[in-house]
Amino acid sequence: MTGRSRRVRVRRRRLLHPGAWWLWAGGLAAAAMQTTNPLLLAAIVAVVAFVVAARRQPTPWARSFGSFFKLALVLIAFRVVMQVLFGQRIGSTTLFTLPSIQLPDFAAGVVIGGPVTLELLVDAIYTSLRLAAVLVCFGAVNALCSPYRLLRAMPAALYEAGVVVTVSLSFAPQLVMAVARVREARRLRGRPTTGLRGIRGMALPVLEDALERSVALAASMDARGYGRRGDLSRRSSVIAAIATVVGMMALCVGVYALLDVAAPPVLRLPMLAIGSASVAVALIARGRHSRRSRFQPDVWGGPEWVISLTGAAVVGAFIVAARVDPSGLTPSVNPIVWPSIPLVAGVGVALTSLAAWIAPVPPSLVGRADAASGPGTEPAGSGDAHRGARAAGETRPRPASKKHGVDVGVGAEPVDPVPVVVADGRVQT
Amino acid sequence: MIRFDNVTFTYPDAPRPTFADVSFTVGEGELCLVVGPTGSGKSTLLRAVNGLVPRFTGGLLTGDVLVDGRRTEDHPPRELADVVGYVGQDPMAGFVTDTVIDELAYVMENLGVAPDVMRRRIEDVLDLLGLHDLRRRPLRTLSGGQQQRVAIGSVLTASPGILVLDEPTSALDPAAAEDVLAALTRLVHDLGITVLIAEHRLERVVQYADRVVLLAGSGGALAVGDPASILADSPVAPPVVELARLAGWSPVPLSVRDARRLAGPLRLELEPFARRPLPAATGGPADPAASAAPVANVPRPADVGGRRPLGPVAGQLDRVHAAYGEIVVLDDVTLTVHRGEVLAVMGRNGSGKSTLLAHLVGLRTPAAGTVRVGGEDPAKLPAKVVVRRIGLVPQDPTLLLYHDSVAAECASADHDADLEPGTTAGVLDQVVPDIDRSMHPRDLSEGQRLGVALALVLATGPDVILLDEPTRGLDYASKHRLVEVLDRLALHGHAVVLATHDVEVVAQLADRVIVLADGDVVADGPAREVVSHSPIFAPQVAKILAPQPWLTVAEVAAVLLGAGTR
Repeated sequence: MTGRSRRVRVRRRRLLHPGAWWLWAGGLAAAAMQTTNPLLLAAIVAVVAFVVAARRQPTPWARSFGSFFKLALVLIAFRVVMQVLFGQRIGSTTLFTLPSIQLPDFAAGVVIGGPVTLELLVDAIYTSLRLAAVLVCFGAVNALCSPYRLLRAMPAALYEAGVVVTVSLSFAPQLVMAVARVREARRLRGRPTTGLRGIRGMALPVLEDALERSVALAASMDARGYGRRGDLSRRSSVIAAIATVVGMMALCVGVYALLDVAAPPVLRLPMLAIGSASVAVALIARGRHSRRSRFQPDVWGGPEWVISLTGAAVVGAFIVAARVDPSGLTPSVNPIVWPSIPLVAGVGVALTSLAAWIAPVPPSLVGRADAASGPGTEPAGSGDAHRGARAAGETRPRPASKKHGVDVGVGAEPVDPVPVVVADGRVQT
Repeated sequence: MIRFDNVTFTYPDAPRPTFADVSFTVGEGELCLVVGPTGSGKSTLLRAVNGLVPRFTGGLLTGDVLVDGRRTEDHPPRELADVVGYVGQDPMAGFVTDTVIDELAYVMENLGVAPDVMRRRIEDVLDLLGLHDLRRRPLRTLSGGQQQRVAIGSVLTASPGILVLDEPTSALDPAAAEDVLAALTRLVHDLGITVLIAEHRLERVVQYADRVVLLAGSGGALAVGDPASILADSPVAPPVVELARLAGWSPVPLSVRDARRLAGPLRLELEPFARRPLPAATGGPADPAASAAPVANVPRPADVGGRRPLGPVAGQLDRVHAAYGEIVVLDDVTLTVHRGEVLAVMGRNGSGKSTLLAHLVGLRTPAAGTVRVGGEDPAKLPAKVVVRRIGLVPQDPTLLLYHDSVAAECASADHDADLEPGTTAGVLDQVVPDIDRSMHPRDLSEGQRLGVALALVLATGPDVILLDEPTRGLDYASKHRLVEVLDRLALHGHAVVLATHDVEVVAQLADRVIVLADGDVVADGPAREVVSHSPIFAPQVAKILAPQPWLTVAEVAAVLLGAGTR
């Protein structure tokens, strides 16, 4: 309280780089794929839900997280029912017996129904939990950053494929909205909206509606300069296009092989290497001539490094855990063994929860003036950043040179308000 | 800046061109208005400016379109993005990103504008359009007026020399429309931007126009000139022009201000009639002949609000509360709709008009309170029963149409509601007689589509008919036909409820007006009182002839005619 200004550490509100969120969630999903341990899966879901609750913005796409949860529950229920009906009979602890039908030989002698054992049920729940956890991870990343932001973060060469991606990204939500509209319209005409007849009658108008909107979106992108040629020569444009397609395909195969244990190992690293090299060629061929610019490019800073490293760490932890004690990740269901959390894997999952504290607080959606205009206006979140913001709210208006879209909480002395100049994320006082 | 040279355009498989041999130029810094009846090709013409027609629609375009010296034949829309900013009819459909600033930056990113320039331009545009409080809002959470302004801003940031806007105010309430138009005139006057607008509600824009392009429709001729001379004998004209034609003013005034300066003698002439007791308010003596004394000689029932006899209660909302998430849309709303009345629901964009209609028809159930239609809760009744009591024509009537011909629509409506075959077709004959039954509903004009949708809803004979924003995209002639149809329905004892921003239609048709704001009913009364006392909702005639209480040109015409025969 000397009246002199002093340097202060400032955490400004910003959005985490979408790539970091995708790596983080991808790591958790990849970890979930490797285990059927219900405790680990539950821990993953809990961590994901916690981080989402702490760091999402109140946007429409963030609200979709709830739907992903519901979808996961439906998936579990579906899987259990299918397993009870068609699953391979294992174990001996029979709970009840369903009437069974032996299908004739041409149907490979499949048996429907039969005794339902505890082992069978537990196995069904374990495996469906795994799928549900992956789904929740995917829902989380959708809630934490809108798909469009990832698209924007892509390098210029890949961005060329963006019309397709943007239109398809918007196709699903538009389909949902179109279904709602058509359902209402059918009710207004006194027609069934459920049942087979209802679905058949709705499919055509729904598709028509969603397609029309997709074309409108593509037209709007074009009218606003999307895909301008710039000064790219025809030859390098062809090279870039071929290299992009080949590279992406190789990367897809490589990633698939990495996740699927049964795939031949030759498909893993070599494919990834070929893919990366090919994409790099495309980037060089096209990137040099790109005339695109970025507005407020997403920053990749400390939090991004830490959060993506936790994503990688959890995958590593699970790989180590699988080497050390395979039964820890896939607890036996026949006979049923009470699962326990393998230490390494547990620590890995716990690490990912750091994101809830490390990720910067997302900026408020209502202009920056409101966001820092005093106590009571901020959503609940990390304490120190907010205390700073409140103090700043008492000071004079921000200088005009400030980069907009950035919230600065300055823990300066209230008596001596310090002009704040922000350039590319650095704060000088 | 824009030059059309002998341009003819034909849609694929169309029997005749949408417009033929169109030639005109629009100079720098002009605000040019494209007018014409529905289906005359206004949108097509606008989309041809930056080449979206024919590149995104197919079809054959002959002749030359030049913008800023570039031929659209050689330059696809994306290469013209720095010259032409195009904003379509539905702003939401054109949004690519998810937040306001991203949307504003989008075109500049594609053009490769340097980041510091981008930042400056975004700030300028935010200020210019009054969007600075919304900068980080997700686009989907904005109201209609805000979305429209963001859509305009999203092309303005490229600082184009030309701005092309397709019905920028048709979805907006009167106040929001004023905002958008004020922003546009500022662009024209301060920055010298060339603006090309298509608009049906001429009363909103014509006073700002420097030049008018009149498309006569069905491939017909085209007239270009200054607004007053074109509108003096145009088939589409705003009320102020019609009043001028009636009163014989020349040159034709285009704004309320100009008209008021000429209207002195007319006001004097009308003065004795204005003093007579005007038709009683709704709920007064239900004797049309007695209450409509001043205009008794003239059989124009729609001209005078509040003269229809009130029937029994048809529908009721009692203390209804509705919310989307945390946003309260209807708060404790109580409303009674009687048979035989036309009730207009007005209010800002997002004030809950559509929600109110959705509750009445049972598409939504209230969070609290009760809804009664014919004594029962419509949400609990099966769809087949509901459609016999209450019908809703949604904002986009196309939603109700999903067969491949008008005849098939009618047949399936009969089938759905177990009606005698031919019932719907009979109703359709009364609503829109001149319609080709073999046409695909999507190929009909806006007015015809609305007519078909209305016929489908009316076929089951509901007591209550709800229309959500029915005059959007309709020209004056189609509006007039709609007003006649609805007027007839009300006379036959139906209750008609329309949610609308169109003050002129309200003035012609409504008995009673309620105004919604912030989830509350802030005004509820006879149309004449509610409408003429509001600076925003008053129709042009009321503004011109204030303090006298006339609302429509037809009313004035009837009085003058009555005075002449007396």
